[in-house]
Amino acid sequence: MPRLSIWFVRVALLYLALGFTFGALMLANKGVPFTPWLWRLLPAHIEFLLFGWTLQLAFGVAFWILPRWQTQRGNEKPAWAALFLLNIGIWIVVCAGWFNWTVGWLMLGRMAEAAAVAAFALHAWPRVKPLMEISASTSKNLSE
Amino acid sequence: MPPITRLFVKTSLIYLITSFGVGLVLAVRPLAPLPALVNGLAPVYFHLFMVGWVMQLIVGVAYWMFPKWSRERPRGYDTLALATYWLLNAGLLLRVAAEPAQLVSAWLGWGWLVVLAALLQWLAGMTFVVNTWPRVKEK
Repeated sequence: MPRLSIWFVRVALLYLALGFTFGALMLANKGVPFTPWLWRLLPAHIEFLLFGWTLQLAFGVAFWILPRWQTQRGNEKPAWAALFLLNIGIWIVVCAGWFNWTVGWLMLGRMAEAAAVAAFALHAWPRVKPLMEISASTSKNLSE
Repeated sequence: MPPITRLFVKTSLIYLITSFGVGLVLAVRPLAPLPALVNGLAPVYFHLFMVGWVMQLIVGVAYWMFPKWSRERPRGYDTLALATYWLLNAGLLLRVAAEPAQLVSAWLGWGWLVVLAALLQWLAGMTFVVNTWPRVKEK
């Protein structure tokens, strides 16, 4: 597993632990109410598990297993940018909700998340190809 | 595909079908008089899909495909993986029963069963993280 995938997957596992903890606290509070304050965790629970866990895990595994060029994975910079932008975006969105930041912050967080997915798509697009690309000349030689 | 992965993936497929069935029941709600219990099914529907299907499929495939832990213990602790399976499913099924029941029944025990469901699912998440973390490595 390449280094960037390790980062994506390990950070995703941390979000899973955090998201499950928030979810369990809210569900328990639903069963036997102990503080209404816990409902403030709902947006973070959703954000952490949908984007922090599921999306980030998908990015990590895709970076690892999508077809390569020999041993190269193409331009890795947009994929690294996706890692940073996604996590910055998630935390801005979550903090904007928790601390009642202005709607501008929420927009900024969502923009960072959108930039992250665009950056990852930019990286992944050329890798969505047949496993072995045989050049036209090689193909011609083989057929002769 | 190891046996535990097959267990996770096949169970996840059952949840996928079940979640769509519950979605259908929720869609029928405005058209036909249904028991009050159905009103508590919205969160159940969403979690049957996200925990029962998505999460469980991920857990099963990760257990199968992630880099080997070591030569002696290639997929980590099998007992921990089995614990994840039973905790996740016991917790989720308990939620499916207790959360809507709590809305229509005065019995206080339903509330405590919801708490137990939360605890079981949380433990499932933690056992998965603990068992998977060492396998997230270069080789």
